[in-house]
Amino acid sequence: MTRRVAITGVGLVTPLGLDAEATWHGLLEGRSGVGAISQFDAAGCQTRIAAEVKGFEPSRYLSAADVRATDRFQQLALAAAQMALRDAGLPARFEGELAERSGCYLGTGIGGLTTLQRAFESVAKKGPRHGSSAYFLPAIIANLGSGRVSMAHQLKGPSLTHSTACASGAHAVGEAMRVIQHHGAEVMLAGGSEACINQLCVAGFNALQALSLRNDAPERASRPFDAGRDGFVLGEGAGLLVLEELEHARRRGARVYAELTGYALTSDAHHPTAPSLDGPVRCMALALRDARRSPADIGYVNAHGTSTRFNDLNETQAIKQVFGAHAPRLAISSIKSALGHSLGASGGVELALSALALARGVLPPTLNLEQPDPQCDLDYLPGRPREQAVGALLKNSFAFGGVNASLVMERV
Amino acid sequence: MNTDIAQRVKRILAEQLNVAPEALRDDATFDDYQADSLTRIELMLRLEEEFQLEIPRDDATRLEDVKGAIAFIEARAVAARP
Repeated sequence: MTRRVAITGVGLVTPLGLDAEATWHGLLEGRSGVGAISQFDAAGCQTRIAAEVKGFEPSRYLSAADVRATDRFQQLALAAAQMALRDAGLPARFEGELAERSGCYLGTGIGGLTTLQRAFESVAKKGPRHGSSAYFLPAIIANLGSGRVSMAHQLKGPSLTHSTACASGAHAVGEAMRVIQHHGAEVMLAGGSEACINQLCVAGFNALQALSLRNDAPERASRPFDAGRDGFVLGEGAGLLVLEELEHARRRGARVYAELTGYALTSDAHHPTAPSLDGPVRCMALALRDARRSPADIGYVNAHGTSTRFNDLNETQAIKQVFGAHAPRLAISSIKSALGHSLGASGGVELALSALALARGVLPPTLNLEQPDPQCDLDYLPGRPREQAVGALLKNSFAFGGVNASLVMERV
Repeated sequence: MNTDIAQRVKRILAEQLNVAPEALRDDATFDDYQADSLTRIELMLRLEEEFQLEIPRDDATRLEDVKGAIAFIEARAVAARP
Protein backbone atom coordinates (compact mmCIF):
# COMPACT_ATOMS: atom_id res chain seq x y z
CA MET A 1 0.00 0.00 0.00
CA THR A 2 1.80 3.19 -1.10
CA ARG A 3 1.50 6.38 0.89
CA ARG A 4 0.69 9.82 -0.46
CA VAL A 5 3.32 12.53 -0.90
CA ALA A 6 2.70 16.21 -0.27
CA ILE A 7 4.85 19.21 -1.15
CA THR A 8 4.93 21.33 2.01
CA GLY A 9 7.82 23.73 1.32
CA VAL A 10 9.94 25.18 -1.45
CA GLY A 11 13.36 26.88 -1.44
CA LEU A 12 14.81 28.68 -4.46
CA VAL A 13 17.93 30.63 -5.37
CA THR A 14 17.74 31.63 -9.02
CA PRO A 15 18.85 34.22 -11.59
CA LEU A 16 15.56 36.07 -10.92
CA GLY A 17 15.93 36.25 -7.14
CA LEU A 18 17.53 34.96 -3.98
CA ASP A 19 14.32 33.36 -2.74
CA ALA A 20 11.09 31.79 -3.98
CA GLU A 21 8.90 34.88 -3.83
CA ALA A 22 11.36 37.11 -5.71
CA THR A 23 11.69 34.42 -8.37
CA TRP A 24 7.94 33.87 -8.63
CA HIS A 25 7.15 37.58 -8.98
CA GLY A 26 9.95 38.04 -11.51
CA LEU A 27 8.50 35.19 -13.56
CA LEU A 28 5.00 36.66 -13.53
CA GLU A 29 6.34 40.09 -14.46
CA GLY A 30 7.97 38.55 -17.51
CA ARG A 31 11.49 39.48 -16.42
CA SER A 32 14.59 37.69 -17.67
CA GLY A 33 17.48 36.50 -15.52
CA VAL A 34 19.89 36.44 -18.49
CA GLY A 35 22.73 38.92 -18.94
CA ALA A 36 26.40 39.26 -19.85
CA ILE A 37 28.61 36.76 -18.01
CA SER A 38 30.25 38.37 -14.97
CA GLN A 39 31.67 35.43 -13.03
CA PHE A 40 34.67 34.99 -15.31
CA ASP A 41 36.23 36.75 -18.27
CA ALA A 42 34.25 35.31 -21.16
CA ALA A 43 35.83 37.51 -23.84
CA GLY A 44 37.38 34.51 -25.60
CA CYS A 45 34.19 32.41 -25.62
CA GLN A 46 31.71 32.17 -28.47
CA THR A 47 28.87 32.62 -25.97
CA ARG A 48 29.29 35.48 -23.50
CA ILE A 49 25.84 35.48 -21.85
CA ALA A 50 24.34 33.37 -19.08
CA ALA A 51 21.63 33.36 -16.43
CA GLU A 52 23.59 34.09 -13.27
CA VAL A 53 22.42 34.20 -9.66
CA LYS A 54 23.14 37.81 -8.69
CA GLY A 55 24.28 39.09 -5.33
CA PHE A 56 24.42 35.73 -3.56
CA GLU A 57 26.35 36.03 -0.28
CA PRO A 58 27.23 32.59 1.08
CA SER A 59 28.12 34.11 4.46
CA ARG A 60 24.39 34.69 5.02
CA TYR A 61 23.88 30.95 5.16
CA LEU A 62 27.27 29.40 6.03
CA SER A 63 30.05 30.02 8.55
CA ALA A 64 33.31 31.51 7.21
CA ALA A 65 34.99 28.10 7.53
CA ASP A 66 32.23 26.39 5.57
CA VAL A 67 32.32 29.04 2.82
CA ARG A 68 35.99 28.22 2.36
CA ALA A 69 35.31 24.48 2.21
CA THR A 70 32.44 24.47 -0.30
CA ASP A 71 31.83 25.02 -3.99
CA ARG A 72 29.14 27.47 -5.06
CA PHE A 73 26.76 24.64 -6.03
CA GLN A 74 26.87 23.42 -2.40
CA GLN A 75 26.37 26.95 -1.08
CA LEU A 76 23.30 27.52 -3.25
CA ALA A 77 21.90 24.16 -2.12
CA LEU A 78 22.41 25.03 1.55
CA ALA A 79 20.63 28.35 1.10
CA ALA A 80 17.70 26.73 -0.73
CA ALA A 81 17.44 23.95 1.87
CA GLN A 82 17.32 26.42 4.75
CA MET A 83 14.56 28.41 3.06
CA ALA A 84 12.58 25.30 2.08
CA LEU A 85 12.49 23.96 5.63
CA ARG A 86 11.47 27.35 6.99
CA ASP A 87 8.75 27.56 4.33
CA ALA A 88 7.47 24.15 5.43
CA GLY A 89 7.36 25.19 9.07
CA LEU A 90 9.79 22.43 9.98
CA PRO A 91 12.65 22.88 12.46
CA ALA A 92 16.04 24.02 11.22
CA ARG A 93 17.62 21.10 13.09
CA PHE A 94 15.81 17.78 13.17
CA GLU A 95 15.95 15.58 16.26
CA GLY A 96 15.12 12.11 17.44
CA GLU A 97 13.00 9.84 15.31
CA LEU A 98 12.12 12.49 12.73
CA ALA A 99 15.85 13.06 12.10
CA GLU A 100 16.28 9.34 11.35
CA ARG A 101 13.18 9.30 9.14
CA SER A 102 14.17 12.32 7.03
CA GLY A 103 16.70 12.60 4.21
CA CYS A 104 18.02 14.58 1.27
CA TYR A 105 18.14 13.67 -2.42
CA LEU A 106 20.01 16.44 -4.20
CA GLY A 107 20.75 16.19 -7.90
CA THR A 108 23.60 17.93 -9.67
CA GLY A 109 24.82 17.42 -13.21
CA ILE A 110 28.35 18.73 -13.01
CA GLY A 111 29.15 19.34 -9.33
CA GLY A 112 32.13 21.42 -8.22
CA LEU A 113 33.68 22.10 -11.61
CA THR A 114 34.83 25.63 -10.72
CA THR A 115 36.67 24.32 -7.66
CA LEU A 116 38.10 21.50 -9.77
CA GLN A 117 39.46 24.04 -12.23
CA ARG A 118 41.04 26.04 -9.39
CA ALA A 119 42.52 22.87 -7.84
CA PHE A 120 44.03 21.81 -11.14
CA GLU A 121 45.61 25.22 -11.75
CA SER A 122 47.00 25.33 -8.20
CA VAL A 123 48.59 21.89 -8.40
CA ALA A 124 49.95 22.59 -11.87
CA LYS A 125 51.58 25.77 -10.61
CA LYS A 126 52.86 24.65 -7.19
CA GLY A 127 53.08 20.87 -7.46
CA PRO A 128 50.89 18.28 -5.75
CA ARG A 129 52.21 18.79 -2.22
CA HIS A 130 51.92 22.55 -1.86
CA GLY A 131 49.30 23.19 -4.50
CA SER A 132 46.63 21.06 -2.93
CA SER A 133 44.17 21.85 -0.16
CA ALA A 134 42.20 19.83 2.35
CA TYR A 135 39.13 21.67 1.09
CA PHE A 136 39.38 20.69 -2.57
CA LEU A 137 37.81 17.24 -2.64
CA PRO A 138 34.89 17.97 -0.31
CA ALA A 139 34.09 21.00 -2.47
CA ILE A 140 34.41 19.16 -5.78
CA ILE A 141 32.53 15.90 -5.30
CA ALA A 142 28.88 15.84 -6.23
CA ASN A 143 27.48 14.18 -3.11
CA LEU A 144 28.68 16.83 -0.71
CA GLY A 145 25.67 18.86 -1.80
CA SER A 146 23.27 16.47 -0.07
CA GLY A 147 25.96 15.72 2.51
CA ARG A 148 26.24 19.35 3.59
CA VAL A 149 22.45 19.76 3.66
CA SER A 150 22.11 16.64 5.82
CA MET A 151 24.76 17.98 8.21
CA ALA A 152 23.20 21.42 8.44
CA HIS A 153 19.75 20.10 9.29
CA GLN A 154 20.56 16.76 10.93
CA LEU A 155 18.79 14.66 8.32
CA LYS A 156 19.95 11.16 9.20
CA GLY A 157 17.85 9.09 6.83
CA PRO A 158 18.39 8.36 3.11
CA SER A 159 20.85 10.61 1.28
CA LEU A 160 21.68 10.23 -2.40
CA THR A 161 22.98 12.36 -5.22
CA HIS A 162 21.43 11.74 -8.60
CA SER A 163 23.60 12.82 -11.47
CA THR A 164 21.65 12.53 -14.71
CA ALA A 165 22.68 15.77 -16.35
CA CYS A 166 19.67 18.00 -17.05
CA ALA A 167 17.27 15.55 -15.40
CA SER A 168 19.15 15.29 -12.08
CA GLY A 169 16.81 17.50 -10.08
CA ALA A 170 13.67 15.86 -11.45
CA HIS A 171 15.02 12.37 -10.82
CA ALA A 172 15.96 13.37 -7.27
CA VAL A 173 12.40 14.54 -6.60
CA GLY A 174 10.84 11.46 -8.21
CA GLU A 175 13.07 9.07 -6.30
CA ALA A 176 12.47 10.92 -3.04
CA MET A 177 8.74 10.61 -3.71
CA ARG A 178 9.19 6.84 -4.02
CA VAL A 179 11.05 6.65 -0.69
CA ILE A 180 8.13 8.28 1.12
CA GLN A 181 5.52 6.26 -0.82
CA HIS A 182 7.24 3.06 0.20
CA HIS A 183 7.56 3.92 3.90
CA GLY A 184 11.29 4.75 3.78
CA ALA A 185 10.99 8.25 5.19
CA GLU A 186 8.49 10.85 6.41
CA VAL A 187 10.25 13.96 5.10
CA MET A 188 12.63 14.31 2.16
CA LEU A 189 14.34 17.45 0.95
CA ALA A 190 14.66 16.92 -2.81
CA GLY A 191 15.70 18.86 -5.88
CA GLY A 192 18.83 20.07 -7.58
CA SER A 193 21.70 22.53 -7.50
CA GLU A 194 24.14 23.65 -10.18
CA ALA A 195 26.75 26.40 -10.48
CA CYS A 196 29.10 25.81 -13.38
CA ILE A 197 29.18 29.11 -15.20
CA ASN A 198 32.88 28.86 -15.92
CA GLN A 199 35.10 28.79 -18.96
CA LEU A 200 35.33 25.02 -19.22
CA CYS A 201 31.58 24.55 -19.18
CA VAL A 202 30.81 27.35 -21.62
CA ALA A 203 33.56 26.21 -23.98
CA GLY A 204 32.35 22.61 -23.80
CA PHE A 205 28.75 23.46 -24.60
CA ASN A 206 29.89 25.81 -27.38
CA ALA A 207 31.88 22.94 -28.89
CA LEU A 208 28.63 20.94 -28.98
CA GLN A 209 26.94 23.96 -30.63
CA ALA A 210 24.34 23.79 -27.87
CA LEU A 211 24.39 27.40 -26.63
CA SER A 212 22.68 30.48 -28.02
CA LEU A 213 25.06 32.96 -29.65
CA ARG A 214 22.73 35.94 -29.16
CA ASN A 215 25.33 37.90 -27.16
CA ASP A 216 23.99 41.28 -28.27
CA ALA A 217 20.51 40.68 -26.82
CA PRO A 218 20.90 38.47 -23.73
CA GLU A 219 17.33 38.78 -22.45
CA ARG A 220 15.97 37.62 -25.81
CA ALA A 221 18.33 34.70 -26.28
CA SER A 222 16.33 32.00 -24.49
CA ARG A 223 13.30 31.59 -26.73
CA PRO A 224 11.81 28.07 -26.44
CA PHE A 225 9.53 27.00 -29.29
CA ASP A 226 10.29 30.21 -31.22
CA ALA A 227 11.33 29.99 -34.88
CA GLY A 228 14.49 32.01 -34.13
CA ARG A 229 15.80 29.88 -31.27
CA ASP A 230 19.47 29.01 -31.59
CA GLY A 231 20.39 27.10 -28.46
CA PHE A 232 20.04 27.27 -24.70
CA VAL A 233 21.35 29.84 -22.25
CA LEU A 234 23.46 28.36 -19.45
CA GLY A 235 22.01 29.07 -16.02
CA GLU A 236 22.71 28.25 -12.39
CA GLY A 237 20.72 28.00 -9.17
CA ALA A 238 19.16 25.69 -6.61
CA GLY A 239 15.60 24.48 -6.19
CA LEU A 240 14.57 22.23 -3.31
CA LEU A 241 11.15 20.91 -2.32
CA VAL A 242 10.10 19.57 1.05
CA LEU A 243 8.29 16.30 0.32
CA GLU A 244 6.30 14.97 3.22
CA GLU A 245 4.01 12.02 3.84
CA LEU A 246 0.53 13.49 3.52
CA GLU A 247 -0.90 12.41 6.86
CA HIS A 248 2.26 13.54 8.63
CA ALA A 249 1.79 16.95 7.02
CA ARG A 250 -1.91 17.12 7.92
CA ARG A 251 -1.33 16.09 11.55
CA ARG A 252 1.01 19.01 12.12
CA GLY A 253 -1.25 21.44 10.24
CA ALA A 254 1.24 22.06 7.45
CA ARG A 255 0.32 24.06 4.38
CA VAL A 256 0.23 21.70 1.38
CA TYR A 257 1.09 23.26 -1.99
CA ALA A 258 0.28 20.15 -4.02
CA GLU A 259 0.58 16.39 -4.12
CA LEU A 260 3.03 14.39 -6.21
CA THR A 261 1.02 11.59 -7.76
CA GLY A 262 3.10 10.17 -10.59
CA TYR A 263 6.69 9.64 -11.70
CA ALA A 264 8.42 7.78 -14.49
CA LEU A 265 11.86 7.53 -16.03
CA THR A 266 12.97 6.05 -19.34
CA SER A 267 16.03 5.84 -21.55
CA ASP A 268 16.18 6.72 -25.23
CA ALA A 269 19.07 4.31 -25.85
CA HIS A 270 19.69 6.40 -28.94
CA HIS A 271 22.39 9.14 -28.85
CA PRO A 272 24.62 10.82 -26.28
CA THR A 273 23.17 14.29 -26.79
CA ALA A 274 20.33 14.26 -29.33
CA PRO A 275 16.87 13.18 -28.13
CA SER A 276 14.63 10.48 -29.51
CA LEU A 277 10.86 10.67 -29.75
CA ASP A 278 10.21 7.28 -28.21
CA GLY A 279 11.95 7.89 -24.86
CA PRO A 280 9.99 11.04 -23.88
CA VAL A 281 6.70 9.62 -25.21
CA ARG A 282 6.98 6.50 -23.07
CA CYS A 283 8.13 8.56 -20.09
CA MET A 284 5.13 10.88 -20.13
CA ALA A 285 2.71 8.01 -20.73
CA LEU A 286 4.19 6.00 -17.85
CA ALA A 287 4.05 8.99 -15.51
CA LEU A 288 0.36 9.45 -16.31
CA ARG A 289 -0.27 5.76 -15.73
CA ASP A 290 1.64 5.92 -12.42
CA ALA A 291 -0.63 8.81 -11.38
CA ARG A 292 -3.71 6.91 -12.58
CA ARG A 293 -4.54 9.89 -14.79
CA SER A 294 -5.55 10.11 -18.41
CA PRO A 295 -4.15 12.78 -20.75
CA ALA A 296 -7.37 14.79 -20.56
CA ASP A 297 -6.88 15.23 -16.79
CA ILE A 298 -3.76 17.34 -17.36
CA GLY A 299 -4.29 21.08 -17.72
CA TYR A 300 -0.67 22.31 -17.90
CA VAL A 301 2.70 20.94 -18.98
CA ASN A 302 5.80 22.57 -17.54
CA ALA A 303 8.12 21.75 -20.40
CA HIS A 304 11.80 20.91 -20.51
CA GLY A 305 11.79 23.58 -23.24
CA THR A 306 15.49 24.39 -23.51
CA SER A 307 15.34 26.64 -26.61
CA THR A 308 17.40 24.22 -28.71
CA ARG A 309 16.23 23.27 -32.18
CA PHE A 310 16.24 19.58 -31.23
CA ASN A 311 14.53 19.54 -27.86
CA ASP A 312 11.68 21.93 -28.48
CA LEU A 313 10.61 20.21 -31.70
CA ASN A 314 11.02 16.74 -30.23
CA GLU A 315 9.17 17.62 -27.05
CA THR A 316 6.29 19.14 -29.03
CA GLN A 317 5.96 16.03 -31.15
CA ALA A 318 6.14 13.83 -28.07
CA ILE A 319 3.43 15.84 -26.29
CA LYS A 320 1.19 15.53 -29.35
CA GLN A 321 1.71 11.80 -29.47
CA VAL A 322 0.91 11.31 -25.77
CA PHE A 323 -1.99 13.75 -25.49
CA GLY A 324 -3.55 13.25 -28.92
CA ALA A 325 -6.73 15.32 -29.38
CA HIS A 326 -6.15 16.94 -25.96
CA ALA A 327 -2.77 18.42 -26.94
CA PRO A 328 -4.13 21.68 -28.42
CA ARG A 329 -6.12 22.26 -25.21
CA LEU A 330 -3.02 22.05 -22.99
CA ALA A 331 -1.33 25.13 -21.58
CA ILE A 332 2.42 24.60 -21.93
CA SER A 333 5.30 26.85 -20.93
CA SER A 334 9.04 26.80 -20.41
CA ILE A 335 10.52 28.57 -17.39
CA LYS A 336 13.94 28.28 -19.05
CA SER A 337 12.86 31.23 -21.19
CA ALA A 338 13.39 33.39 -18.07
CA LEU A 339 15.85 31.41 -15.95
CA GLY A 340 18.03 29.80 -18.59
CA HIS A 341 18.98 26.14 -18.28
CA SER A 342 20.44 25.33 -14.88
CA LEU A 343 21.25 21.74 -15.87
CA GLY A 344 21.05 19.53 -12.79
CA ALA A 345 19.17 22.20 -10.85
CA SER A 346 16.51 22.82 -13.48
CA GLY A 347 14.23 19.92 -12.55
CA GLY A 348 14.18 20.98 -8.91
CA VAL A 349 13.76 24.69 -9.66
CA GLU A 350 10.99 24.11 -12.19
CA LEU A 351 9.13 21.56 -10.04
CA ALA A 352 9.18 24.03 -7.14
CA LEU A 353 7.77 26.80 -9.35
CA SER A 354 5.21 24.37 -10.80
CA ALA A 355 3.99 23.66 -7.27
CA LEU A 356 3.48 27.40 -6.73
CA ALA A 357 1.69 27.68 -10.09
CA LEU A 358 -0.69 24.87 -9.14
CA ALA A 359 -1.37 26.21 -5.67
CA ARG A 360 -1.85 29.82 -6.79
CA GLY A 361 -3.76 29.16 -10.00
CA VAL A 362 -1.37 31.18 -12.19
CA LEU A 363 0.69 29.62 -15.00
CA PRO A 364 4.04 31.27 -15.86
CA PRO A 365 4.69 32.45 -19.42
CA THR A 366 7.17 31.46 -22.10
CA LEU A 367 9.22 34.58 -22.82
CA ASN A 368 10.43 35.68 -26.24
CA LEU A 369 7.90 33.60 -28.16
CA GLU A 370 7.42 36.14 -30.93
CA GLN A 371 7.28 33.99 -34.01
CA PRO A 372 6.39 30.38 -33.23
CA ASP A 373 8.14 27.65 -35.14
CA PRO A 374 5.44 26.33 -37.52
CA GLN A 375 6.18 22.85 -36.28
CA CYS A 376 5.73 23.99 -32.66
CA ASP A 377 2.07 24.89 -32.86
CA LEU A 378 0.70 24.25 -29.37
CA ASP A 379 -0.31 26.82 -26.76
CA TYR A 380 2.92 27.84 -25.02
CA LEU A 381 1.55 30.83 -23.07
CA PRO A 382 3.58 33.39 -24.99
CA GLY A 383 4.67 36.52 -23.14
CA ARG A 384 2.11 36.69 -20.34
CA PRO A 385 1.17 34.52 -17.36
CA ARG A 386 -2.32 33.02 -17.37
CA GLU A 387 -4.66 32.89 -14.43
CA GLN A 388 -5.97 29.38 -14.73
CA ALA A 389 -6.85 26.93 -11.97
CA VAL A 390 -5.50 23.62 -13.15
CA GLY A 391 -6.18 20.34 -11.37
CA ALA A 392 -3.11 18.43 -12.49
CA LEU A 393 0.12 19.22 -14.32
CA LEU A 394 2.92 17.25 -15.92
CA LYS A 395 6.60 18.22 -15.62
CA ASN A 396 9.28 17.04 -18.07
CA SER A 397 13.04 16.92 -17.80
CA PHE A 398 15.06 15.36 -20.62
CA ALA A 399 18.81 14.98 -20.54
CA PHE A 400 22.07 14.20 -22.29
CA GLY A 401 22.54 10.48 -22.26
CA GLY A 402 18.97 10.10 -23.47
CA VAL A 403 17.54 9.96 -19.97
CA ASN A 404 14.06 11.24 -19.24
CA ALA A 405 11.97 12.11 -16.20
CA SER A 406 8.30 13.05 -15.98
CA LEU A 407 6.27 13.83 -12.89
CA VAL A 408 2.57 14.49 -12.26
CA MET A 409 1.54 17.00 -9.61
CA GLU A 410 -2.04 17.66 -8.47
CA ARG A 411 -4.02 20.02 -6.31
CA VAL A 412 -5.12 18.47 -3.04
CA MET B 1 61.27 34.17 19.31
CA ASN B 2 62.08 34.92 15.68
CA THR B 3 59.75 37.82 14.89
CA ASP B 4 59.69 37.29 11.17
CA ILE B 5 58.73 33.62 11.46
CA ALA B 6 56.19 34.37 14.19
CA GLN B 7 54.52 37.04 12.05
CA ARG B 8 54.32 34.77 9.04
CA VAL B 9 52.90 31.90 11.11
CA LYS B 10 50.30 34.18 12.69
CA ARG B 11 49.26 35.56 9.29
CA ILE B 12 48.59 32.06 8.01
CA LEU B 13 46.81 30.97 11.20
CA ALA B 14 44.58 34.03 11.15
CA GLU B 15 43.65 33.44 7.54
CA GLN B 16 42.85 29.77 8.04
CA LEU B 17 41.02 30.33 11.33
CA ASN B 18 38.92 33.08 9.72
CA VAL B 19 39.94 35.88 12.08
CA ALA B 20 41.49 39.28 11.40
CA PRO B 21 45.31 39.09 11.91
CA GLU B 22 45.26 41.73 14.66
CA ALA B 23 42.52 39.80 16.47
CA LEU B 24 44.46 36.54 16.67
CA ARG B 25 45.38 36.10 20.34
CA ASP B 26 48.88 34.82 21.13
CA ASP B 27 47.47 32.60 23.86
CA ALA B 28 44.61 31.19 21.77
CA THR B 29 44.03 27.54 21.04
CA PHE B 30 42.65 26.31 17.74
CA ASP B 31 39.55 25.14 19.64
CA ASP B 32 38.90 28.75 20.59
CA TYR B 33 38.20 29.41 16.93
CA GLN B 34 36.07 26.28 16.40
CA ALA B 35 38.65 24.76 14.04
CA ASP B 36 37.46 21.37 12.84
CA SER B 37 39.72 18.60 11.54
CA LEU B 38 39.68 19.86 7.94
CA THR B 39 40.78 23.32 9.09
CA ARG B 40 43.60 21.84 11.16
CA ILE B 41 44.89 19.83 8.19
CA GLU B 42 44.66 22.89 5.98
CA LEU B 43 46.67 24.93 8.52
CA MET B 44 49.49 22.41 8.26
CA LEU B 45 49.41 22.39 4.45
CA ARG B 46 49.64 26.17 4.25
CA LEU B 47 52.48 26.26 6.80
CA GLU B 48 54.29 23.58 4.79
CA GLU B 49 53.92 25.67 1.65
CA GLU B 50 54.96 28.95 3.29
CA PHE B 51 58.09 27.55 4.90
CA GLN B 52 58.87 24.92 2.27
CA LEU B 53 58.82 22.19 4.91
CA GLU B 54 57.39 18.74 5.14
CA ILE B 55 55.62 18.19 8.42
CA PRO B 56 55.22 14.50 9.35
CA ARG B 57 51.58 13.75 10.12
CA ASP B 58 52.28 12.50 13.66
CA ASP B 59 54.01 15.77 14.52
CA ALA B 60 51.22 17.80 12.94
CA THR B 61 48.45 16.33 15.04
CA ARG B 62 50.12 17.46 18.25
CA LEU B 63 49.62 21.15 17.48
CA GLU B 64 46.78 22.79 19.35
CA ASP B 65 47.53 26.49 19.72
CA VAL B 66 49.19 29.62 18.33
CA LYS B 67 52.26 29.49 20.60
CA GLY B 68 52.84 25.83 19.83
CA ALA B 69 52.58 26.39 16.08
CA ILE B 70 55.10 29.26 16.18
CA ALA B 71 57.59 27.26 18.24
CA PHE B 72 57.13 24.22 16.01
CA ILE B 73 57.87 26.14 12.81
CA GLU B 74 60.78 28.06 14.31
CA ALA B 75 62.49 24.80 15.28
CA ARG B 76 62.01 23.27 11.85
CA ALA B 77 62.74 26.39 9.82
CA VAL B 78 66.12 26.57 11.57
CA ALA B 79 66.72 22.85 11.04
CA ALA B 80 65.88 23.14 7.33
CA ARG B 81 68.52 25.79 6.68
CA PRO B 82 71.46 24.32 4.76
